[in-house]
Amino acid sequence: MSESAESPPIDYIQRTRDQYDSLGYPPYSWFHSDSQAPFAPLQKPLNECRVGLIASGGIYQHGQIAFHYKDDISYRVIDTRTTNDALRATHFAYDLTDARQDPNVVFPLETLRQCVTQGMIGSLGPQAYTFMGGIYSTRKVVNILAPALADRVQKDEVDVVLLVPV
Amino acid sequence: MGLIAREIESRGIPTLSMSSALSITAAANPPRAVYLDYPLGHTAGKVGDADNQMAVMQATLSAFSEMSEPGSIKKLPFRWSGNDDWKDTVMRPSLNKASSSGQTSSHSPNHKDDRTQRHADPQYQSGEDAAAADPNCPGCIFLEDSK
Repeated sequence: MSESAESPPIDYIQRTRDQYDSLGYPPYSWFHSDSQAPFAPLQKPLNECRVGLIASGGIYQHGQIAFHYKDDISYRVIDTRTTNDALRATHFAYDLTDARQDPNVVFPLETLRQCVTQGMIGSLGPQAYTFMGGIYSTRKVVNILAPALADRVQKDEVDVVLLVPV
Repeated sequence: MGLIAREIESRGIPTLSMSSALSITAAANPPRAVYLDYPLGHTAGKVGDADNQMAVMQATLSAFSEMSEPGSIKKLPFRWSGNDDWKDTVMRPSLNKASSSGQTSSHSPNHKDDRTQRHADPQYQSGEDAAAADPNCPGCIFLEDSK
């Protein structure tokens, strides 16, 4: 089978605008930052780093309360030794078929454990954190969720954090 | 997620964001990001394909070590399939339906809202999960909105 030329990335902001417009809804307002990103240089090689993981694909653990679909700003604490069979996925904004079959596609915990085994990273933090994403209120994310998650990874004393949105 | 990356980075902890939505990530301007041109729901690789997931993670981690400019976004060298046809119908219900109904106008008032309803109660993967949920769940953190 021959390969066709690569098409450009999907412009999800434009497609959301089109979709809302076609439905007669006011435009969704994506967060847009005008200021330069803060930057903290890596202090040591990754194979010596303790790595934190935060993911927004609506992952929860069997036995936990699931997320809801209306501006949910709660988060879940997931032990980084948790295996795939105990993980669940719920979300309103993407097709969950593959995430439910293999949570690693949006929550690469198993993959990161392999990276520890192979010596690519030093270790994982004791816990990973998951939330829902698709939160309409930028204020709630800035004032409540972001500081809460930053507090957690600071307390875990991780050296770097990997963030996995959907 | 970009907002959370910025908050963590501002406290001195380096972050890397993975992304399959380039425009959204670029707008949020996180400190460092990698872009994987896969359909949403596969930010860390393909289902059941541990080799692909590890290859994506290896490329991600090596990008982490190399980035030195705030706001860098590196495109990862992976492609979903031999062609990009999957991109044509994403979030375009009118195109999904065009072949059967012949409807092509993007401004038709008859457009059906096919997005998932925003339920305000927990949405479990299964009924068994709902039954097993611990109402005092210690790992479920519900944050107060103080405003």
